[in-house]
Amino acid sequence: MIRSEILRDIAPILRDQLVICNIGLPSQELHMIDDQPTNFYMLGTMGLSSSIGLGLALSQPKTVIAIDGDGSVLTNLGTLPTIANNVADNYILLIIDNGSYGSTGDQPTYAGKKTSLTAVAKACGCDNVVEVQDKDLGPVLQAAIDGKKQTVIVCKCESGNIKLPVITMDPVVIRDRFMKAVAS
Amino acid sequence: MSIDKRIVDDLVANDVSFITTVPCKQLAGVIDEVDARPEIFHIPSNKEDEGMGLCAGAFMGGKRPAIIMQNTAIGVTINTLATLTQYYRMPLPMIISYRGELREPVACQVEMAVHTKALLNQLNIPTYHFHKESDADELDAILKYTFMCNKPVAILTDASFWGGYGDQ
Repeated sequence: MIRSEILRDIAPILRDQLVICNIGLPSQELHMIDDQPTNFYMLGTMGLSSSIGLGLALSQPKTVIAIDGDGSVLTNLGTLPTIANNVADNYILLIIDNGSYGSTGDQPTYAGKKTSLTAVAKACGCDNVVEVQDKDLGPVLQAAIDGKKQTVIVCKCESGNIKLPVITMDPVVIRDRFMKAVAS
Repeated sequence: MSIDKRIVDDLVANDVSFITTVPCKQLAGVIDEVDARPEIFHIPSNKEDEGMGLCAGAFMGGKRPAIIMQNTAIGVTINTLATLTQYYRMPLPMIISYRGELREPVACQVEMAVHTKALLNQLNIPTYHFHKESDADELDAILKYTFMCNKPVAILTDASFWGGYGDQ
């Protein structure tokens, strides 16, 4: 499966949760598949999905799922020790690991070569790290939500993209709509 | 009352309850004070752009955030300030150690000091420079201004403000 197929597969699970979605194609895909006020779309700032999600989870009680990519986590690798040492049990980091920088033309990442983000997350001290194959993600994600324990999920999948439009929603509208959903 | 305690008192009085820090020798006392306050969740970050991401999430979760960092971080965080904090219109007080100013013993610090105000100016970030201890009297008003206008705001604190570098 490619990332857009995975997002389509887990959209019914994501719908009821607060979601921070990574820059570029992941946000465009989620926006097209199932736009919700509970989705925060990143329009810029590669690498910070996990950090925004952690800050949100530490500041309010609802479950937060930060959708990130292997390339983005590599950009902000310092995030994993911060996550490990500031445990929020309402926080799930979902790394969709397709071994490539999808939004820029599928250039390979080191996570698709010798580097295992699962092993890196464990070495950083993250307690619940689960590596899962694309087709098996749904039940694992639901179990992480129900388990109410901070979890890092590394979902291995194929690289590949679909053609779709950019998000034209104003960033302040995205943020305002999302904050109202957080507070509701 | 120590200047460290005064600064953190102003943060607490303005309901700032989520603070991320990247250390600097000049800021050590403030960071210790932040860490000691039960009203504040203190989360050290490994890099300042990561810290600004944490602050963005905290703000959307209903907390008032702040970041404490060195001025060298302006070079690290320009993209984050432009495409996250400013683009989504979020408030962020930045208490910044202004290294490379008068009484600086480390020559390399001057290399970023000469760019600091120019970069903040280019980003249209409101900037306040604390040079004497009495300049901190404005911190309360600066914090209120920051959360009124939903912008990142820089507070540069130089070596003279902190009383020099001691024996460094």
